[in-house]
Amino acid sequence: MDSSDWELEELEAAFQEKVGAEKRIEPKDWMPDKYRQTLIRQMSQHAHSEVVGMLPEGNWLTRAPSLKRKTILMAKIQDEGGHGLYLYSATETLGISRDEMFEQLHSGKAKYSSIFNYPTLNWADIGAIGWLVDGAAITNQIALCRCSYGPYARAMIRICKEESFHQRQGYEIMMTMAQGTEEQREMAQDALNRWWWPTLMMFGPNDANSANSAQSMKWKIKRQSNDDLRQKFVDATVPQAEFLNLRIPDDKLKWNEERKHYDFGEIDWEEFKAVVKGNGLCNRERLQARVEAHDGGKWVRDAALAYARKKESRKAKAA
Amino acid sequence: MSKETTNELPLYEVFIRSKNGLDHKHVGSLHAADAEMALTAARDVYTRRSEGVSIWVVKSTDIVASSPEDRGSFYEPSDDKLYRHPTFFDLPDEVGHM
Repeated sequence: MDSSDWELEELEAAFQEKVGAEKRIEPKDWMPDKYRQTLIRQMSQHAHSEVVGMLPEGNWLTRAPSLKRKTILMAKIQDEGGHGLYLYSATETLGISRDEMFEQLHSGKAKYSSIFNYPTLNWADIGAIGWLVDGAAITNQIALCRCSYGPYARAMIRICKEESFHQRQGYEIMMTMAQGTEEQREMAQDALNRWWWPTLMMFGPNDANSANSAQSMKWKIKRQSNDDLRQKFVDATVPQAEFLNLRIPDDKLKWNEERKHYDFGEIDWEEFKAVVKGNGLCNRERLQARVEAHDGGKWVRDAALAYARKKESRKAKAA
Repeated sequence: MSKETTNELPLYEVFIRSKNGLDHKHVGSLHAADAEMALTAARDVYTRRSEGVSIWVVKSTDIVASSPEDRGSFYEPSDDKLYRHPTFFDLPDEVGHM
């Protein structure tokens, strides 16, 4: 073993000790290359998910049932855009540029949460997304508020403060529809039927099949396992569905008195894999919309930059 | 810090005073064509729920930062000056709180 190997090992040991002592890692601190790469992957995918997440909801902006619902939905979508920006900004502290991240998203190299590859077919879907999808996201993100990487943890804290509005507005839509006409109740049930399983998939593969989990837990990037978080979400959500008088589409769902948790059925992992691979109902449409929005905005960015340069050079001339 | 930023709008760091009486605090960063647009964007991104009464934006490249590797030697001059702390001085209890 030469001296550089030895040095690296010492740095890694010191890093692990720091993480173990719950000290946060900041951008300029030394970190193992793999830690940096893992964070770049996870944080940029998280950012992409926020941004692509605006698309299924945008589908209902022009068809929201009232002006009140429309303004609320606009505010929620604007929040998602903001969350994407917090996260891109935090990821850039690791040394990757914004353009590189966009390039990875647009080329399909980087993934985003596969939940956004499902279509929003009726208005109740907007309720179900807020209630279930944002609910699952909150469960994940609360755990990430204690992540070892400072900028990620801080972005998560800011995001969690805002997510609660998203979930409550969604649940309120569900409540209104579940108490409405028979047809509205059916729409609410239909939305729950379609969104329940994809929401459970948001927590990722079972712990036994989650390749990167152990290392991420050791580095305290992840604080709770996929299955633990999924269980937490199910336990919290079942009573909420009961209150709505809607049925969760799982015959195996049952309270387990011994475990003090709900038992639930197995996720269709084949569907999960297919959607991750790009064969979900809306994968192509989402990516295309994202690329078009970015390319379509290029002239605005160019013009703003040209204007800024012109102002700068005028100022220099006048001086 | 970014590798390839030639096509990107410049990066600005954003600092927000949440209410009068408190310091400005770093909240994150954003890309904008110029300082004026950075301010407007900072308002939209970081103060959607009245989180601020004052915003500073600074070009990231204009920030000069100390580096963590020099932590030892950089702060060393203060390490041996324990007399700068009030606990350095032993006063009798009769003096009371000082």
